[in-house]
Amino acid sequence: MKVRVQAEDFDISREIAALRTGNAGIGAIASFIGLVRDMNDGTGVSTMTLEHYPGMTEKALADIVSQAEARWELLGCTVIHRVGELKPADQIVLVVVASAHRLHAFQACEFIMDYLKTQAPFWKKELTAVGERWVDSRESDDAAARRWWEQKKAQQ
Amino acid sequence: MLKVLFFASLRERLGVGEESIPVPAMATVAGLLNILRQRGEDWADALAEGKRWRVAVNQDMAQADTALKAGDEVAIFPPVTGG
Repeated sequence: MKVRVQAEDFDISREIAALRTGNAGIGAIASFIGLVRDMNDGTGVSTMTLEHYPGMTEKALADIVSQAEARWELLGCTVIHRVGELKPADQIVLVVVASAHRLHAFQACEFIMDYLKTQAPFWKKELTAVGERWVDSRESDDAAARRWWEQKKAQQ
Repeated sequence: MLKVLFFASLRERLGVGEESIPVPAMATVAGLLNILRQRGEDWADALAEGKRWRVAVNQDMAQADTALKAGDEVAIFPPVTGG
């Protein structure tokens, strides 16, 4: 498991190479990249600043990955989340999951993103033509995270 | 003493990011919030019951009845919006 919170950009090719090197048992790799959009709720966004809670952020991300490892058969996982000032089209977050088969990799990747959006202490602030605004959390994100919990409960 | 942290919109609104606060007589998250709400209208409103803020104690998500002791780190923040 590799979890990093950093201001610098990341390179998905390099991260995938690092994850799979030396493990020919890996048969599937799923990845997700979140990007800064130039528009949100109908207003142009010129800068997005990511604030976080140093210490708890790393702990929360590691906990989310541990939950995924307990749920699916994973052969490696990398999560990188950027903080600080970002511009439209910049990369924000990377999740790469390796497994023997695709189902585990796909599901774990989606699970990690859904939990990250609702559990990891990051906050986005947008600078728009009409000033600064903190991004509101979305009910749809809570619902996305909740369905994994409900699915697990249904299996018990 | 408790180390109390505020983040994001809550930090901006209350004008404080970090401070030391004595452990309240009612040594729980609810007890601490009661003390903070007594600081004035802005605090009472920002931390009102039903407002969507979250509390972490020693970097784990906490509830109103989570116990507090000297040296604990308590963070109060709005719902998260990363990713």
